[in-house]
This record gives sequence, C-alpha cells and structure tokens, in this order.
Amino acid sequence: MKLLTGNDLPTGDVTWWSGSGWSRHVEDAVDVGDQGEAIAHAEEGARRVNGPYVIDATATPEGPRPAHIKDRIRALGPTVRPDLTLKPADPNAGSWVI
Amino acid sequence: MGDLLRYRDDETHEEPAVTLDAFLGQSNATAVRIESGEDARILLPYLDRLALVEVSFPKFRDGRGYSTGRILREAGYTGELRAQGDVLVDQIPLMRRCGFDSFAPEAPVDEAVLAASLARYEFHYQAAADPAVPVWKRRHG
Amino acid sequence: MYKYDEYDHSIVAARVEEFRDQVNRRLAGQITEDQFKPLRLMNGLYLQLHAYMLRVAVPYGTLDSRQMHMLAHIARKYDRGYGHFTTRQNLQYNWIKLEDAPDILAELATVEMHAIQTSGNCIRNISSDQFAGAAADELTDPRPWAELLRQWSTFHPEFSYLPRKFKICVIAAEEDRAAMRLHDIGIQIVEKDGQLGAAIYVGGGMGRTPMIAPLIKDFVPFDDFVSYLEACLRVYNRYGRRDNMYKARIKILIHELGADKYRAEVEEEFAAVKALGIDPPQAEFDRIAAYFAPPAFDADAPDTLDRSDPDFAVWLDQNVSAHKKPGYAVVTISLKPIGGIPGDATADQIDLMADLGKQFSFDELRVTHAQNIVLPHVRKADLYTVWQQLREAGLAEANLGLISDIIACPGLDYCSLANARSIPLAQKIATRFSDIGRQRELGELKLKISGCINACGHHHAGHIGILGVDRKGVENYQLSFGGSGAEDVSLGTITGPGFSEDGIVDAIEKATDLYLAQREDGERFLDTYRRLGMAPFKEAIYG
Repeated sequence: MKLLTGNDLPTGDVTWWSGSGWSRHVEDAVDVGDQGEAIAHAEEGARRVNGPYVIDATATPEGPRPAHIKDRIRALGPTVRPDLTLKPADPNAGSWVI
Repeated sequence: MGDLLRYRDDETHEEPAVTLDAFLGQSNATAVRIESGEDARILLPYLDRLALVEVSFPKFRDGRGYSTGRILREAGYTGELRAQGDVLVDQIPLMRRCGFDSFAPEAPVDEAVLAASLARYEFHYQAAADPAVPVWKRRHG
Repeated sequence: MYKYDEYDHSIVAARVEEFRDQVNRRLAGQITEDQFKPLRLMNGLYLQLHAYMLRVAVPYGTLDSRQMHMLAHIARKYDRGYGHFTTRQNLQYNWIKLEDAPDILAELATVEMHAIQTSGNCIRNISSDQFAGAAADELTDPRPWAELLRQWSTFHPEFSYLPRKFKICVIAAEEDRAAMRLHDIGIQIVEKDGQLGAAIYVGGGMGRTPMIAPLIKDFVPFDDFVSYLEACLRVYNRYGRRDNMYKARIKILIHELGADKYRAEVEEEFAAVKALGIDPPQAEFDRIAAYFAPPAFDADAPDTLDRSDPDFAVWLDQNVSAHKKPGYAVVTISLKPIGGIPGDATADQIDLMADLGKQFSFDELRVTHAQNIVLPHVRKADLYTVWQQLREAGLAEANLGLISDIIACPGLDYCSLANARSIPLAQKIATRFSDIGRQRELGELKLKISGCINACGHHHAGHIGILGVDRKGVENYQLSFGGSGAEDVSLGTITGPGFSEDGIVDAIEKATDLYLAQREDGERFLDTYRRLGMAPFKEAIYG
C-alpha cells in the first residue's frame, strides 16, 4: 500500500493522510493508491501540510507499517526516548520500529 | 516577470545589455550582461563608458553575483548595476549592500515587504560596497 | 566574556523581527516552503524527523549562567524539557513549533543569544578552544579574534549565499582541542617578532570527502586579518563549485586548484581588498579583548587537594585539567553517562550547571565540540563541593577522553538526513565498557559515531570511528581506526566490511583487546594502531 505523510506546517508534527484529513497516528493512515501526488499538491497548496511525500507500507492487523525504518521512527518517535514517543506506556513500542 | 525596481535618480538606460563576448567585440556598447560564472574583472578597463551592467542570478542560491557587484563598485564603477533573475525579496537588502541599485526579479516582489526589509537594519557590522558605516567605525570614530 | 553594546543589541533585535516577518509570511502562504527553507535555515531552523529543530548559537562555545538558565527555560517552555549540545559547540532543541520560533528568538535576544547563521550556506558559528582563557598552554586568549570574526561574518552581504556552509575555528595553543584543521578555515594565533597574528589553514573538513587543511599563510598580522579572510572567502565564493553540492565545500576547490594556486588567487584578491579599508582598527580589538580579561583570580587560592575520597580522586584524574593559575582547575562535566544520550542535558541539569558556573567559575561556562560542558575557572578548594553537586544530578561520570566519552550525532532517531541510528550504538558501546577501571586501563580513546556520510559525529577524526549506513533498509556500521582531531590530526581508515549493531561492539572489543596485548609503554590505542598498522587489527576483527 501507499501512504501519504508530511509535517504539520505550524507545529512540525508528523502527520498521515487519513482519507479526509491529517492524523498524528499512522494507524489512521489510508492507502492513497495513485492519488498521493494529487492529494499532496492540493493539501500543500492549502498549507494543511508541509513537505508531503508518498511512502510504501504494508497492511498489518495493527495498521499500516511503513516499509522504511526512517518512516517507522517518524511514526513512533525517537527509539532512545520511549517517554517521548506516541506510545509512552507501551514498553514494546520500540520493537515495532526495528 | 516582476517590475524593474530602481534606486537611482537617472533615466533608465534604454540600450539592451549585450553578452560579455559581444561587448568585448563591439567597442561602442554601453550596457553589458554578465553571467554568474563570468569574471567581472574583464570589464574593469571599460568602466568609464558603461552605463549599465546587468548581473545574472540564475538561481537564488547562486551567490557569485554578490562578489561581482562588489568587485565592480570597488573598482569605481558608478553606472547602473542591475541584479536580474531569481532575485528574492529577502536578498535585495544584501544585494544593495554589494552595490546593486536596480533589480529585475523574475517573480514579482511585494514592495511593502521590501520597503520594510530595506529599513530593518539600522547598523551593519562590516564595510561593503554601500555607504553604510560599519559598526566598528561608529564605535571608534 | 563579551557583552553586547547598543549596536549588537540593535542588530540582533532587528533579526528577531525579520525572522518573525518571514515566519508570518510563510504561515500566511505568501512564500512557499522552497522559498522559506533557505530563510529558516539561515536561522538554524530545520524540519527534522519529528518536528522543527532549532539550533542556538553559542559563539566560540562561551556562555554565562544567565544564558545557560535561558537555555533551560526554553527547553521547559517550548520544548520537552531537554536540549542537545552539539559538535559545533551549539545547542539544539528537537521539538520546536514553527509558530513559537520568533518568540524563542526574542527570549534568547534578552540574554544576548541568537540562532543567526547556525545553518545555511554561510559562515557558521565560529568555534574555538573550550579551555580558552584557562589553558596553561595557550599563547593568548583566542576568543577576541573569534568575536571579531563573529561580527565580521554576521549578515556578511557578499557571503550569505556561498557554494556551501563554511566553518571557521580559532585556537591559540599548540594542543588542538577544537579540531582546528578539520574546518573550512582553521586559524591558530601565533607570535612573530613580538606581534600576534594568525596562521591560516584552509580547506579542511569531514563529510563525504574528509581533508586536512593545508597551511595557506603562516602569519597574517591583525591589521590585515579581516581583509585576508575576506579575500579567502571571495575566492571561494567566485570559484567554488556550484554544480554538485557534494563537491561544493572549499576543501574540494583547494584540492582541485592546489594550495599554491589557491594561495596565489587569495594574495591577488587580498591586494585589491586591502585597499578598501575594511579592517577594524586596533582599538576595536582592544575593546573586544577587554571583555576577555582574566577574572579576578585569588592569588592565595590553596593549591592542594584532598584526594581521600576514591571516587572523587578518579574524577579529579579524569575530568579535571590544569589551569594557568595556581590554586585553580578546569572542570569538564561529562554529558556521557553510561547508557545515556551523548550531549543531552535536562533543563534541571542545565540549570544546575549554570548555578555551578555562577557560584564557582566566575560566571562562565563552555560547550565543547565533544559535547561536554566546561567550568573553566574553579578553585581547587571548591572541586569537592562541585563534584558532589554534579554527582547528585547524574553529571559526575569520570570518563573524559575515555572510550565511553563518545561523540555521537543525533542519527536516525532525530535527523532526517541520517541513514542509521547513532545513539543506541553509543549506549551499547558505553554499556559494554562501563567498568571505569577497564576504561582507564584502555586510556585515552576517542570514539566517534556518525549516522550518515555528513560526519556530524566526526567519525573520520575518531581513534575509533563509526559510520552508519543504510544497507537495503537495514542499519549497518562501518568501522575505522586511526583518526585524530587533535594536533596530531589524521583521518581514519576503514577496517573492512561493515557490521550489525551488536557485531560492531564485538569488533571494537577485539580491537581493544589486541591493543592491550600489544601496546608498549605509554602508548594510547591510537599510537599502537599507528605503529602496527591495520593488518593485525583486521586479523583480530575478521580473522
């Protein structure tokens, strides 16, 4: 599957295209198929996202899993600071990245 | 294409700028265009008869033209020095300090933003090709 | 240390307003990200993996307690309670909001700080010796020269769109604590016929093509100092490559032209520039130098130490250096706790270091390129108290210059350029070698880790260097030996095929075991490597 991701312009937060808007959680990301570039263009023009780009991912029961480690780290947060990730209470969150 | 912005009192020079090669082969031209990789010092023997030097900025990241401007001014050139190309509003104050006094940006420039930018810094640390007095000189007279 | 006058204040205040205007234009959609990017970078604001990152300049690594407290305050108010001290003697915040950046700069300006030129293709923050003004071996304090260059380079109209970034370092001691010859321009202040001047090295750097800067001019007197540098930069701005960003640093120009041709170009340019009258007068140097006058040292400060506490004695031996004044010492606070994140400090730790600097070090602190903090002027009689307070805050790791005093870039945990993570590897290595007795047995061993070819972790200059690469989506690490950023400067050599994260820790252990078995009297790891060459190390690691 293909996901569309970028950063929120005013805050810089990592965001994922959820089909109707932008979510902080990769679990909300939807397959954009071949529409990624078009959505990116429109959304960037409207300043609802900064620097959007399309990535490969696989669908899993827990939700989409980005193909590249860099995007998995973006989705979760720094592996060396579990307390600052999006899942601070989950001790195994880091293993999802590796 | 943005409007021509001029910071000179004289009339706009009408003669089109010719390439450096054409200029060197043509003894009566008074306006020349210099590309960013060309050596401005080649023009030094002809400064007296030049009324316009147009310096190309093909990309805003290409900063060679800033040196070109200063070299011409430091050699005593007093004619129009024009920055043409990918010239952004936030760069014009720096170009002014390097001696440029007219601008032909490819994209229009917001003149209110430009006016505010040009007025923003009262002091400059270093001497350049504009009349600004460097801070060290203000400190020590 | 230097204090702003009305001119400095005015310039920094104007910069805050300029950046506020640029941010507002971006948020309002008047400029695109492509147009905004060079503007925000010129002010140290990056878009990284998780958020915007703001790099705050610490000119030549010197700051006072008020500035240090402000760094803690910003960490609490605008970030997530910590900051990261960098190999450029600066501080980075990892979780900044674009909309907050102008307010942060306004707060920094109240304590004479800024983020000017901490990124972008311009002259970056001037770096220097972290022991300046305190070192027993220095000729003079290099910081007045560095401050002069800070002012000269700030918003330099001709050199704001250079082919690539430009880093200048100034030192004034024979021992090079600042990797001077691995800068675009390295300056050593030297004396000739009773006069101080600058020896100028040009074209060093790390990155994908590491080079050691050759000497371009052995002595430039103060009267020509700014003119000469202006000429060095102008030649680079005009002739440095712009067709390929990987070949755009000045080291490539000098490599392609040759040092002699570059020198000839500079001399010709200098002849033109010198006539312009752009050199500040001696009075300006004297004005700046007065701010760096030595503090009021106590001539009667006792020069003895009570070493009866064994843990304290280890820290004394490892983290405390000789001061030029009897009764005083230079303290380096390690930001490398075993298993911690190299260079990170919490807001509370930053506050504590500020307080210690104010109370015990004439209100002065330094940031080192090895990502540690220095209290430059501590009375020997106060060392035990300082150590106790540091220990309570988790800041008394006695590992300066040892294998666990690792330089590491933020790597793939934070950086959008990285190919591999650096921090977890640093943590694993430090944990493997955590026993302080074992570390001290290994002696001085500079281990440096970069998460990509840009070499922010200075791996080329590590006695042991590690470069993280991406091998088909999996992190892989290349090992190198024999680099040095000190006065015996050299570039490391890759050992051979790369390793996994665990594999490289094992490989390092095999190499250090070989060193322990083969070393001769007084040899450091680096010396043994230089004597034996790569072959036996390769055999130990891969054999």
